[in-house]
Amino acid sequence: MNSELVEVLLVEDNSTDAELTIRELKKHHMANKLVHLKNGEEAIDFIFATGKYAGTRDVENSPKVILLDIQMPKVNGIEVLQKIKADQRTRGIPVVMLTSSKEDPDIQKCYDLGANSYIVKPVNFEGFAEAIKNLGFCLINPPPDL
Amino acid sequence: MILFKDMPIRKKLMRIIFLISGVVLLVTCITFFFYELYAFRKTTTEKLSTIGKIIAANSTAALAFANQDDAKEILAAVKTEPHIVAAGLYDSEGKLFSHYNSDSTIDVFPTKPGKQGYYFVQSHLEGFQPVMLETRQLGTLYLKSDLGAMYERLRLYGIIAGLVAVLSFLLAFLLSNFLQKIISKPILSLAETAKAISNKKDYSVRAVKTGNDELGFLTDAFNNMLSQIEDQNATLQEFNQNLEQKVKNRTTQLELANKELETFSYSISHDLRAPLRGIIGFAAMLEEDYSSKLDPEAKRITSVIKNNTLKMGRLIDDLLAFSRMSRQDIKKTKISTTAMANEVIQDLLPENKNGHVKWIVHEMPDIKGDINAMRQVWINLVSNAIKYSATKQQPEIEIGYRDGEEETTFFVKDNGVGFDEKYKDKLFKVFQRLHSAEEFEGTGVGLAIVEKIISKHGGRVWAEAEENKGACFYFSLPGQ
Repeated sequence: MNSELVEVLLVEDNSTDAELTIRELKKHHMANKLVHLKNGEEAIDFIFATGKYAGTRDVENSPKVILLDIQMPKVNGIEVLQKIKADQRTRGIPVVMLTSSKEDPDIQKCYDLGANSYIVKPVNFEGFAEAIKNLGFCLINPPPDL
Repeated sequence: MILFKDMPIRKKLMRIIFLISGVVLLVTCITFFFYELYAFRKTTTEKLSTIGKIIAANSTAALAFANQDDAKEILAAVKTEPHIVAAGLYDSEGKLFSHYNSDSTIDVFPTKPGKQGYYFVQSHLEGFQPVMLETRQLGTLYLKSDLGAMYERLRLYGIIAGLVAVLSFLLAFLLSNFLQKIISKPILSLAETAKAISNKKDYSVRAVKTGNDELGFLTDAFNNMLSQIEDQNATLQEFNQNLEQKVKNRTTQLELANKELETFSYSISHDLRAPLRGIIGFAAMLEEDYSSKLDPEAKRITSVIKNNTLKMGRLIDDLLAFSRMSRQDIKKTKISTTAMANEVIQDLLPENKNGHVKWIVHEMPDIKGDINAMRQVWINLVSNAIKYSATKQQPEIEIGYRDGEEETTFFVKDNGVGFDEKYKDKLFKVFQRLHSAEEFEGTGVGLAIVEKIISKHGGRVWAEAEENKGACFYFSLPGQ
């Protein structure tokens, strides 16, 4: 995992939600290089190569897309988003927020902070494709035509 | 013509003074006039009498010696008194012996002498004076005088009286004009102060006391009242501020409570949704990964699991919406009802999967209400109408209004399954439904939301229906 390309970083505390999300992405061959972290603190350490990932990670080796759950204990998605967008090195990474309802009042806050889009859980592939479509980037393994 | 009681005080005082002066002057003048009359008659009579006595005394010789020439001469002496118009001498038998008159009218003389003394007859003074020689009456003297002198005198008197009256009135006018100020000025000043105070509502001003009379008393009372008003105002102000502060505090508390409730309900719904996602997702997983191992019954079971979970999700959403609606304040603006209804119909059309609905939408008056809330009302009522008439061959939905005295009533009428009127009290309660979930999906919150919104606008909701014939839902808005 150390110097491997990470394509998708999934930050989700709920293991049921995580399992469903990964399963969905796997179904469409997008989970080859997927990393799942369970809280914001770890996510920050991972992205910025600090804390327990100091030395084993490289900041430049950033994920192609970050799926970030909003509601998490200790350090929540919004704080992680803030950190990501505040740092020059990581600002360009597309971030898709995961929320449980489209009326979540935090969604606006996320946009204000620079999130690229959001998906309402459960993540289905159409929603995911839609969310990343507008970001104009292609994965190293482009998704097979559906 | 202004009534006396409504005249300004200045005018009242002056008129009163005038009247009194006038009356006093009049009474004085008349009294003096009559006195003058009396006095003048007396003096005239005395004068004539004296002349008479003198002439009578001088005529004794003429009468004794029946000397007509002498008599004429003596009589002519009255010429000196121009007002004597006739003088006559009668002898002892009463025959006119000699006469004199200033102008030639002989029948002016009485045929025989009358009583002694002088009397006023018509416009002359005339009288008889016996001519005596010691104790023997030789004859009678007749004198007649006109009253020219008196009239002259009285005319003069009248002119003087007139002049005095005019001067007095002028004096009365000037003095009263000047002196009425003594009374009226303090009164006017008090009135002015009162007017100024009540116009500017400045109760700290006080009237100036100008004396210790009744007006002074009035001024004191007036100032007292002002002090009381000031005190009461201050107390009221204090109460008001206290109240406002209390209201502010209460409002802040309420707003805080509302906010907390909002966050609370949101996080509850969020936490409730997560396990639901898990249930649905894993049931689906079961279906997908083990579909070969699942017989139709098993598949049905997983399907039931999923449906119920979905329903729970909808319940959570509806509850959240209902709770938010209850807590929101309405902001009234002008709404074009017909346009809104048509928009809602357009938005709901794609969901209307079951054939064509015949729409009858009447022109409706604009209303004042909260745009989002009223939109929700129309959405709920119209989608209900669509849903419950979907089973009919030719669904027909009519939307219109009735004008009332104090309120405007709108209705949404459908020809769908209707409901049993026996239970219509339950219609608008949360989660109450009159049909089973198999017949018609829904959570039973839609009408409760409509009822909440309309009652926030001060109106009412009600419905009429006949089973299998259709239903009509009404809502009224007051004062449109």
